Amino acid sequence: MAGIMFQDITTLLLNPKAFKDTIDLFVERYKGKNISVVAGIEARGFIFGPPIALAIGAKFVPLRKPRKLPGEVISEKYILEYGRDCLEMHVGAVKSGERALVVDDLIATGGTLCAAMNLLERAGAEVVECACVIELPDLKGRERLNGKPLYVLVESH
Amino acid sequence: MATADEQQDPRIARISSAIRVIPDFPKPGIMFQDITTLLLDTKAFKDTIDLFVERYRDKNISVVAGVEARGFIFGPPIALAIGAKFVPMRKPNKLPGEVISEEYSLEYGTDKMEMHVGAVEAGEHALVIDDLIATGGTLCAAVKLLERVGVHVVECACVIELLGLKGRERLGDRPLFVLVNST
Repeated sequence: MAGIMFQDITTLLLNPKAFKDTIDLFVERYKGKNISVVAGIEARGFIFGPPIALAIGAKFVPLRKPRKLPGEVISEKYILEYGRDCLEMHVGAVKSGERALVVDDLIATGGTLCAAMNLLERAGAEVVECACVIELPDLKGRERLNGKPLYVLVESH
Repeated sequence: MATADEQQDPRIARISSAIRVIPDFPKPGIMFQDITTLLLDTKAFKDTIDLFVERYRDKNISVVAGVEARGFIFGPPIALAIGAKFVPMRKPNKLPGEVISEEYSLEYGTDKMEMHVGAVEAGEHALVIDDLIATGGTLCAAVKLLERVGVHVVECACVIELLGLKGRERLGDRPLFVLVNST
């Protein structure tokens, strides 16, 4: 919509070397850190999460908009600029005590990442870090993460 | 008819048993094939990707197109391993910038799929990936988007085929490769 400078990662995906380097940077950071869960936020987190999960030997857990995941789920509501939204995770996808990453393409206000972290923590997992390709620092999403570490590759003002 | 099942690759059994069936989702009478349990089995998920990569590496494929959203889970690891671009095929109004659209029919009504203008070039060789083929409507729309801009679709690849819904027929003479059949 008008006024938003949309950060489009699809052009990154068209450059095999740049896409591979993106994944490699995350994998180098998280390999050997005993992380057993990579949670990716629908839909662009589904692009970056699975390659990281496969490379570090972790499970991939999709976090989805309501009514997409079949079977039993837990839900976390969160606030948007106008109105609310909801993120869901399968019951039983993560076990208490597991160490998890949350992956999305971008962090803006941090609302979605915060909801994702809450889902994992409610299931008893420890969120080690949130990882995004891009941060929009002016939107202060980092502050919304309750002190959880955030790692990004690119900042965009 | 191409399935890895016919060659009885020893990895298939574990992949097949890792898929969970959920009855009456999204509506009564539908037996939903849930691949999220496959993603929780690190060996089975890796084997799934490896089976596709073994088939497609060194075949001069420069584009892997993945259908939103579960095609986004399987497509990128394959693309990365074979050195191809990943092109997301999305529901309307998700892709920013200039897109081309293909309408396709659902059981009731129609839907649309979109691809970025300029994502692919005429003459490129592509794969289309999704988790599952049912009636083939979505895959067919994805194939058409690519063919409209002059791309050669080498094959469609899915983890699961639902036999009996004639998806393979809907693809016509375009090849389809699946790992697991389900009735």
